[in-house]
Amino acid sequence: MTVSLQREDFDISAEIDRLVDGRTSVGAAVTFTGLVRDMVHDQRILDMTLEHYPAMAQNELERIEQQARSRWPALTGTRIIHRFGTLMPGDRIVLVITLSSHRQVAFEAAEFIMDFLKSRAPFWKKERTEQGEASWVAAKDEDDKARLRWQ
Amino acid sequence: MKLVYFAWLREHIGLDEERIDLPASVKNVRDLINWQQSRGEGYARAFADPETVRVALDQFHAEHDEAVGTAEEIAFFPPMTGG
Repeated sequence: MTVSLQREDFDISAEIDRLVDGRTSVGAAVTFTGLVRDMVHDQRILDMTLEHYPAMAQNELERIEQQARSRWPALTGTRIIHRFGTLMPGDRIVLVITLSSHRQVAFEAAEFIMDFLKSRAPFWKKERTEQGEASWVAAKDEDDKARLRWQ
Repeated sequence: MKLVYFAWLREHIGLDEERIDLPASVKNVRDLINWQQSRGEGYARAFADPETVRVALDQFHAEHDEAVGTAEEIAFFPPMTGG
């Protein structure tokens, strides 16, 4: 159970291996990877900068992990990596890995973690388009709704 | 106490953090936002629509009716867009 906030990219395969750590009781590893998109509406994105509130982001993501562990006791491993700084289209932004003996728990817990991460973890995206404007990405109502469905 | 600002709130105010003593009239988060609106042009712009401002007390999300209490670090930011 670990959370990392980092500028650097991550290696998904190495992260799965490290989390499983040789435990052959693990029958399912689900991963979610979020990537930087190249277009917003009809405008091409040059790059995207992620600002975050370091201490709170770490604590909040740990709280989200803890909630997932209480909700699915059969969860046997979780890993969250969130990048910050300036990223280019195609770059990886976020990684969530969940482990369990069977897939259903791992799938559900990964969705739960992402739904909470989107609307509760203190990160903000600013996109720069070809037109030269940089603008803060607006939060989506769907993200709040996605979180509320777990309550 | 320390006040910290992120994203467009930080840009409107022109500061990422400041140390300040709150007036005694500020009891809850809503009072705090109303008081912030009165502190100058940048603050007025940042806090123009209180519903779009999220607040954290000592790194925990707080509702607008929550008491500010003895928080040492109060953060102000827009709805989050990570992931």
